[in-house]
Amino acid sequence: MITEYNKIGAFSVLLRVFKRDIRIAWRRRSDIANVFFFFIIATSLFPLGLGADPRLLHAIAPSVLWVCALLSCMLSLPRMFANDYADGTLEQLIMSNQPTLLIVLMKTLAHWVLSGLPLVLVAPLIGLQFNLSVIELQVLALSLLLGTPTLSLIGSIGGALTLGVRSGGVLIALLILPLYIPVLVFGAGAVNAVFVGMGASGGLALLGAMLALSLVFAPLAASMALKIAIE
Amino acid sequence: MKSEVTKNVLNVTDLECVRGERILFKDISLDLESGNLLYVQGANGSGKTTLLRTLCGLSQPEAGSISWNNQDIRELVEDYASQALYIGHLPGIKADLTAVENLQFSAALAGSDVSREQTIEALTQVGIAMCADLPTRVLSQGQKRRVALARLWLQSNPLWILDEPFTALDGLAIKALTKHVEAFVNTGGMVVFTSHQIPEFNPDIMQRLSLD
Repeated sequence: MITEYNKIGAFSVLLRVFKRDIRIAWRRRSDIANVFFFFIIATSLFPLGLGADPRLLHAIAPSVLWVCALLSCMLSLPRMFANDYADGTLEQLIMSNQPTLLIVLMKTLAHWVLSGLPLVLVAPLIGLQFNLSVIELQVLALSLLLGTPTLSLIGSIGGALTLGVRSGGVLIALLILPLYIPVLVFGAGAVNAVFVGMGASGGLALLGAMLALSLVFAPLAASMALKIAIE
Repeated sequence: MKSEVTKNVLNVTDLECVRGERILFKDISLDLESGNLLYVQGANGSGKTTLLRTLCGLSQPEAGSISWNNQDIRELVEDYASQALYIGHLPGIKADLTAVENLQFSAALAGSDVSREQTIEALTQVGIAMCADLPTRVLSQGQKRRVALARLWLQSNPLWILDEPFTALDGLAIKALTKHVEAFVNTGGMVVFTSHQIPEFNPDIMQRLSLD
């Protein structure tokens, strides 16, 4: 019959949400690999297509890497909530004993670890193809480290709003691209500033501010969108 | 957990639900307490699922209110949501996780830590212990349903909301589930369910609500 079970704390529940998403993604490795290889392929095609002019490659490097990071992040957004929505586990997540807001935050964190963090780690290696110096590579990695979580957070709103919508992928792009543009401008801008000797701190500080802002508001908006979607 | 059961009450007052432009039902009032079993009847499209989802707090009613132990569920939010165990049309299990992992995660969302042995025990009760470590992707429709229903043997939520729990189950499983639900009600549980088959519950403990 029904027995009493050991209770677990709020943090433990949230940690399990995170671990569950990581585990599922690990069992569907091809999905994460797709996003990762898209980034590598897209960025590597530029040096090949543009020819071996080191000055040109150097000049476009920050923009190319940032645009590709943004696109590959967007590629994985439709999957953020859609699978949970389709198999009914989203209802369970919403009916858990934790606020939906925190559950969304955990899922977003998992999304970033799976799609954003690999890009941060591989970007310095790819930057070498573009003739970037060590300090420029460092700033590039740092700007991605601050910027990609913002992309995941803003993306969670798009993913939640387009649940159950046909051709949601295109709609997500339309919805969130305007919100991505400031991240792109200041992310690539931070690296470009190093080129002209201005120092990257301004751009990085703005990226940090955008991260803080989206950390507060994006899970709130996404959890509201989810509640509307499952009605 | 017999004597220390706290009595819970669920009150529904003048509930009205709308789908699109159509009123599904209105002026539904209910008073349920621990030890009650409510059978919601109605034709296809009469709003059974909507009513159940509204009781879960997943859908918002057009008018009326629902209260749990005399507090509006809109104020309780997750404190109420975690009291109810909802099993709907969708199985609510991840295809890439095994049956054990799925059950452990579902229990964790309700705040309880369930051991592997306990999940195997629950899966034995629903007759699919041999599938415990298979990804649920490879299970049949009925087996998936049983994995979802195994939650009823594992979680101690005081309110169960079951949407068509008997679909896709064979005769033996229907009997086991009927017995389990009856036992739960007799020990102070509260159950709301829908079914197109005529359920074999003891008519003395079963209340009916018709939406037609």
